Amino acid sequence: MNAGDALGPRTFVVRREDLVRYAGASGDLNPIHWSDRVATAVGLPGVIAHGMLTLGLAGRAVAEWTDGAEVVELGSKFTAPVEVPDDDDGVEVVVAGTVKAVEDGLATLALTVTCGEKKVLGNPRAVVRA
Amino acid sequence: MPLADDLVGRSYPPTAPYDVTAVKVREFNAATGGDSGGGDEPAIPPTFPIVLAFDAMNAFLAAEGIELSRIVHGDQRFRYDRPVRLGDRLTATLTVASVRTVAGNDIIGTSSAVVDDEGRAVCTATATLVHRPGAGTGTDEQGSAA
Repeated sequence: MNAGDALGPRTFVVRREDLVRYAGASGDLNPIHWSDRVATAVGLPGVIAHGMLTLGLAGRAVAEWTDGAEVVELGSKFTAPVEVPDDDDGVEVVVAGTVKAVEDGLATLALTVTCGEKKVLGNPRAVVRA
Repeated sequence: MPLADDLVGRSYPPTAPYDVTAVKVREFNAATGGDSGGGDEPAIPPTFPIVLAFDAMNAFLAAEGIELSRIVHGDQRFRYDRPVRLGDRLTATLTVASVRTVAGNDIIGTSSAVVDDEGRAVCTATATLVHRPGAGTGTDEQGSAA
């Protein structure tokens, strides 16, 4: 890995089924991720994906790009909700990245995570052992 | 209703010990764009400690009478002291790092220390929780926050 290397893009499809699967696997049963009734009652446009599912997909892409390199840091802001319609197609979440720096045995990866035209994660980045 | 400032610095009891097992890791992998394989040694993804951090957050919300459906995740970061390994027995302890109010929402900064069964640091999971007490038309049954 060298500074300036482009990574991805990697596309993931997210459907309601995936939200249910993530809810079960993570223990995050917040109903805003599976109930339109509750989501709209608290002012959201509808059911949204868990931010941590989106960040988890970013982590998955990093693992694929780096052949499972040890991650020493991963994080982001959740800047825009990923609305997931109740249909068969779901939405696409696209993860891409750039190697920003490689020093002292650590590579810093700057990611972009989008849904449609919208960036859904703010300043997502990972630091892995190079 | 805004939360009290004296939440800052408050810590909550550690989560129940959590055993990291291959079956649970495979389930988590399958839910985050991976597959359910990996044999006896599935790779543990970097967001896996959210399972503990979420438990720790739930304990905090319950203690302060905050409804989960009024929480939106603002940010999340994991900083590792060492990788999580299969067979680890982990606990997470949440501390409130900051509270401020913006446009009627409470912005709650939290830090959860994830340690192994000998108390050694494994990772720190920091999260900003956006509490939206007035959003929407649902009934709000939150109790006293402080």
